[in-house]
Amino acid sequence: MSTEIFGIEDVNVWVDGLIRVLLIVGFMTVVVMGLIYGERKILARFQQRLGPTRTGPIGLLQSVADALKLVGKEDLRPRNADPWTFELAPYLVFIPVFLGFVIVPFVLDWQIRILELGLLYFVAVSGVNIVGWIMAGWGSDNRYAMIGGMRAAAQGISYELPLVLSLLAVAMVVEVPAPVIDGAASVASDSEYVRGSLNLNEIVAAQHEVPNLVWQPLVMIVFIIAALAELNRTPFDIPVGESEVVGGPFVEYSGIRWSMFFLAEYAALLIMALVFAAVFLGGWAWPFGIWMDDAPPRWAQALAVAAKAGAFIFLVFWIRASVPRLRIDQLMSFSWKVLLPLMLVQVLVNGLVLVYDWPLIILTVVGLAGVVALAAIVDRAVRHPRPRPAVAAQLQGEAAS
Amino acid sequence: MLPTDQLFSNYVPVLIASIAGFILVFSALIGSRLLAPFSEEREKGTTYECGMLPLRRASTNVGNRFYLYAILFIIFDVEAVFIFPWALSFVGIGPLAYWTMVTFIAILGLGLAYAWKKGALQWR
Repeated sequence: MSTEIFGIEDVNVWVDGLIRVLLIVGFMTVVVMGLIYGERKILARFQQRLGPTRTGPIGLLQSVADALKLVGKEDLRPRNADPWTFELAPYLVFIPVFLGFVIVPFVLDWQIRILELGLLYFVAVSGVNIVGWIMAGWGSDNRYAMIGGMRAAAQGISYELPLVLSLLAVAMVVEVPAPVIDGAASVASDSEYVRGSLNLNEIVAAQHEVPNLVWQPLVMIVFIIAALAELNRTPFDIPVGESEVVGGPFVEYSGIRWSMFFLAEYAALLIMALVFAAVFLGGWAWPFGIWMDDAPPRWAQALAVAAKAGAFIFLVFWIRASVPRLRIDQLMSFSWKVLLPLMLVQVLVNGLVLVYDWPLIILTVVGLAGVVALAAIVDRAVRHPRPRPAVAAQLQGEAAS
Repeated sequence: MLPTDQLFSNYVPVLIASIAGFILVFSALIGSRLLAPFSEEREKGTTYECGMLPLRRASTNVGNRFYLYAILFIIFDVEAVFIFPWALSFVGIGPLAYWTMVTFIAILGLGLAYAWKKGALQWR
């Protein structure tokens, strides 16, 4: 029941956990402020504006000023709101997101905790905040909030499945050292390595030469799409679409309570980026493993993770700047009719290649074919958009009469 | 396999993180209570509706269009829970484990195809 932190041996596990969690709280707060500033600056550049420039040097203190303003702002609760659901919703939105940090591998041997079931834990806790969203929508007693909450729930559960299956498909392929029980290798295998792990640290270490995106290109694309939807990001931001439901579930929230939703949103983006970097791009291990036998220095690992996560976050901002919002029926059918079947097939293909020990290059070829198929489906849908079902029925009625 | 006390101690940080998350939100609310102005004006408690007074409570009528998705979601999520342990062990067990899972997913796939054909996947 003891562990090691900062070179000090034999630290009580509670003390160790507390120190690590507090460090992550500080890290998260600073990075989220940076992300908000970064998003405003980057979006501004896309729109040929300058973004924040006045607060501090080149506007760097803008997020600090915003946070101070939000703390000092009156915290309103509508008279008709349901007190318990309204007040508890920010907790239920933020805490599950924050719990995701427990398994994120930052650099070698530095995360809050290595959990054997890390990926399963991640998908389990990241799904819980849907409850918070729907509570916020229901508790506010506002139609916009209600519609937004319902949309958030529908979208959240629909894209949860491709997300879970994409992480699962990757977890099948990674090759990790066989678990050791009482000094002997596990009975299930006679070699030193086995396929399949949910432990994020093992997944990262296994990619020291070739990152998983090489074996699973289609899975990576589907993960990005599903992650955008889980994060309620453009083009999947219909639950919070300002022009349709004026902010969705948090239309009635103000001041610090509203900023909790905001904090949760950016913290979720950060975690998703770090998980993406770890699962598909090899986290701290790749590309150093190609020419180094030992682990690279910590600063190099941190730089690699920051670059990979930063690339994901920049992609998210870029998509926000360039793509219009989807319609809800398009959004739902895209998940259920395209992404889910693709991921089921991918899981079965992965299984076939692994169980008969075929060369992994087959997975690359099949994955690239899947990417082309997905692109063709999206391209067709963009070129021949179908009208909304209700509108289609109306048009048919007019044509008949 | 890990010893039981290590299994427990692995999840201690999860408990600490959830308490820390709670305290983070709670302290922010307390800070705002101390710093922010507060007034008892009744008009401020009205629903945001661009100046209109809403006709009824918003929570009375809910067009719940996604219950079919919710049912399908539960089916496929439970399926994912079954696939997780399989995905980590089927290579060691061999082709039989693989083809069993193919059958399982094929049955579920038929279910999805049926829901598709019935129009359950169409948002109305």
